[in-house]
Amino acid sequence: MEYQAVIGLEVHLHLKTRTKAFCGCSTEFGSQPNTQVCPVCLGFPGSLPVLNKVALDYAIKTGLALNCKIQEYTKFDRKNYFYPDLPKNYQISQYDLPFSKGGFLDIDLDDKTKRIGITRVHLEEDAGKLIHKEDSSLVDFNRAGIPLLEIVSEPDINSPQEAYEYLSALKSILEYLEVSDCDMEKGSLRCDANISVREKGKTQLGTKAELKNMNSFKGVKDALEFEINRQIEMLESGEKIIQETRLWDIKELKTVPMRTKEEAKDYRYFPEPDLPPFIITKDKIEEVRKGIPELPREKLARFAKDYNLSKYDARVIVFSKRYADITEKRMKEYPGKDKKQVVNWSTGAILSEANNLNCPPDELKIPGGDPELIGLIKSVEDGKISHLVAKSVFTESISNGKLASVIIKEKNLFQISDSTSLDGFVEEAIKENPKSVADFKAGKNNALMFLVGQVMKKSQGKANPKIVQEILKGRLVDA
Amino acid sequence: MNKPDAKSNLNIMTACELIKRLGSKEITSSQILSALQAKIKETDAKVKAYVRVANPVDNPKTQKPGVSGALSDIPIAIKDNICTDGLNTECCSKILEGFKPPYDATVIEKLKAAGAIILETKTNMDEFAFGSSTENSCFGPTRNPWGLECVPGGSSGGSAAAVAADEAIMALGSDTGGSIRQPASFCGVVGLKPTYGRVSRYGLIAFASSLDQIGPLTKDTRDSALLMNVISGYDPKDSTSVNKEVPDYTKALTNDIKGLKIGIPKEYFIEGIDPEVKAIVVDAVEKLKSLGASCQEVSLPHTEYAVPVYYIVATAEASSNLARFDGVQYGYRAEGVKEKLQSLINMYNNTRGKGFGEEAKRRIILGTFALSHGYYDAYYLKALKVRTLIKQDFDKVFSQFDCIVAPTAPTVAFRIGEKINDPLKMYLSDIYTISANLAGIPAISVPCGFAKNGLPVGLQVLAKPFGEEMLFRVAHTYEQNTPWHLEKPKVS
Repeated sequence: MEYQAVIGLEVHLHLKTRTKAFCGCSTEFGSQPNTQVCPVCLGFPGSLPVLNKVALDYAIKTGLALNCKIQEYTKFDRKNYFYPDLPKNYQISQYDLPFSKGGFLDIDLDDKTKRIGITRVHLEEDAGKLIHKEDSSLVDFNRAGIPLLEIVSEPDINSPQEAYEYLSALKSILEYLEVSDCDMEKGSLRCDANISVREKGKTQLGTKAELKNMNSFKGVKDALEFEINRQIEMLESGEKIIQETRLWDIKELKTVPMRTKEEAKDYRYFPEPDLPPFIITKDKIEEVRKGIPELPREKLARFAKDYNLSKYDARVIVFSKRYADITEKRMKEYPGKDKKQVVNWSTGAILSEANNLNCPPDELKIPGGDPELIGLIKSVEDGKISHLVAKSVFTESISNGKLASVIIKEKNLFQISDSTSLDGFVEEAIKENPKSVADFKAGKNNALMFLVGQVMKKSQGKANPKIVQEILKGRLVDA
Repeated sequence: MNKPDAKSNLNIMTACELIKRLGSKEITSSQILSALQAKIKETDAKVKAYVRVANPVDNPKTQKPGVSGALSDIPIAIKDNICTDGLNTECCSKILEGFKPPYDATVIEKLKAAGAIILETKTNMDEFAFGSSTENSCFGPTRNPWGLECVPGGSSGGSAAAVAADEAIMALGSDTGGSIRQPASFCGVVGLKPTYGRVSRYGLIAFASSLDQIGPLTKDTRDSALLMNVISGYDPKDSTSVNKEVPDYTKALTNDIKGLKIGIPKEYFIEGIDPEVKAIVVDAVEKLKSLGASCQEVSLPHTEYAVPVYYIVATAEASSNLARFDGVQYGYRAEGVKEKLQSLINMYNNTRGKGFGEEAKRRIILGTFALSHGYYDAYYLKALKVRTLIKQDFDKVFSQFDCIVAPTAPTVAFRIGEKINDPLKMYLSDIYTISANLAGIPAISVPCGFAKNGLPVGLQVLAKPFGEEMLFRVAHTYEQNTPWHLEKPKVS
């Protein structure tokens, strides 16, 4: 029997506003526990919430970027449940009138583009954090009241890989909007999944499980993978799947039951009386829309077209807005003819140095900044230094902080294109490798490349390989 | 009638009279305080208007000296559900035992900025304002200064009794379904519930957020207007407060109601009303006519649904508002069992089980039920719809009339213990006051006579939203042409 997985994702996202959703406390991550609190976010008796307008702007911006319809009339509701990290024992959330709904997000799969529906995006407040000790639990309310967006997808996702692509695309957009850090490790992005399986071709949905506690995109993928297999195995053996919430156990790499539907809480939603319903005007929507930058997919298409990039190259660059912006600036500033050289460096040397240092590529510190980098790339195009030399100079410059141009001068790494200076190396190479000489003469072109390599070695990479090739050809054909 | 001359009975004066004497340096604020102190010492052991400390003026909290304003040196009694920085604010509930808010309610900030003296101990109330008799207080009941065997009304019974017994010059209360007006009526003082959004709720410990308003309890309408001038206005900290200019309410005290059109709702005079109260209110309507107003019967057809709608909306909101009292952060905490998995739930259950009184538990359970899955549409949603109809009843009348006049309560003060075991009977004592909260409109209660047993009766005036000036105009004119507000109880 063939099965199809049906997956919907619920993403919770910290908005990176300076202050909390309903009070003036800082949202800074990593401060001492309970130092960023006030009567409002502690839910003290008599305190009242006041909506942070920036949080609403960020929310509208996200809704628009996800192609949602922004609702003119919206309101907050209370979601009631008892938990010690929830200061008021209710969460200010949105229930039946979220500020935006009915959007979509396109994801790129190997062979096609797939559109995933966005059911709704709503704004709510985060809870605090429990810290469990040996025989007691402590509460840190610094996180309580930080604005959260809940982004709910339609059950349009059919595989763990699609879920992964959806999350990546979403993260990329959110980073472009600069509304969230999207850091799963810091908890600024969290993801729950609803998953069921059904026989392929059937339209009726199977019984779903809700998965929680995944703390990375890979965790989401792994948990879905496990859960799909678990559900298929149950169906195959004739067992009935029960509707329940399951936790992803990161150590055991399996999902374990948390609570069944019967144990599900009744949240007793009702309209938040402390915050009157409000109107989002068309002007407001247009004002926010103006602040939306070119989004990843548009940028990808433009880069591919304007700079003649392969889809792969474009995607590597476009993934982060800041890196895309920096790279585009470098391409514009590059004085040479072949702008592609900048792209090659951006997808090659710069990325690998950044990876080695474990920093985002847009934050890689290049001594002398962009002028040095551009100068270095231009020197290669101009034939002043070889590509090989340029790469090692770049690595050295990053590691010891010296300017690339200084390293080249100090070590005299200029490419040797003058044939009289190269003659000696060519002579030696021919003498030392009679077999290759014979092979070349017998028509094996590879042998010529080997000889060029030998000359490069002898010149410590400084020889201009094109010139070396010409000299070699001349010598060997003449002889 | 006592004519206040001697400095020893400054406590029986109104704030306006005291301000005049303070201004001419005839008296000092400490003289006012000692007069109050003496009176409290004399009568509060019987009345029990104040809670926690034997004598609230021993250590009055004041704004730093030198601040002067509309209420300079005037002491004010505060209901126990309004937050005062560093002073116990416990809603007369065990569950808030020892709670000292780290901040002032906006009304307290405003009072301090106006130079008022905030009394350190608070006035008694029904726990979390749940009640109409001030019997549901963890500190025991307050007694009516006009008859100590009777209730002062509620939930702001402590504030009303303190003002009536001259143990306070003026006081703040809160009104969710009549909690200022009904005790004002029972105690023979003036009580005003402002328009929803007129006075900031920031720092008022919420009972039902969509209905609660803070308001004044005073000896006459002039003091009420004066206090309203200070506490009204938009507050950026309360999203439900309305950004609308505050007029000088004392300018509305014109002693002239000629030509005003007053509606008398027939639904407020049918079954349930005490015939004596009815007769007194009808006399009051005649008085208004004689003062030049035209009074005409009107209908508020959805009146009969007000009480059921109120007890769904108010309890639903209360069940959520009171969820935060769980023993985690502040107030009373009962220990849970030691077994780890059970200890949290156990702590919650014990804390709330022992911390809340009977009426609080009743309302939390009612409200929780009304919001539960499968019942929400039938109860809460339906109640919201009927609430709109009730509001429309008023809109219709106010499109043709300047105000509405009605009894404040169907009876005079009842005996302590008389209704405490019959919640439905108790709930009906708010039958004439609840609608104003549901509709968000302002309403005032002024003394309009006494029953044969010597207990006061209140006359209620209701106006359209932000029609407080109309209330003052009508109530003041009535007051100035009748002797009722000058009567004083003899507490013995």
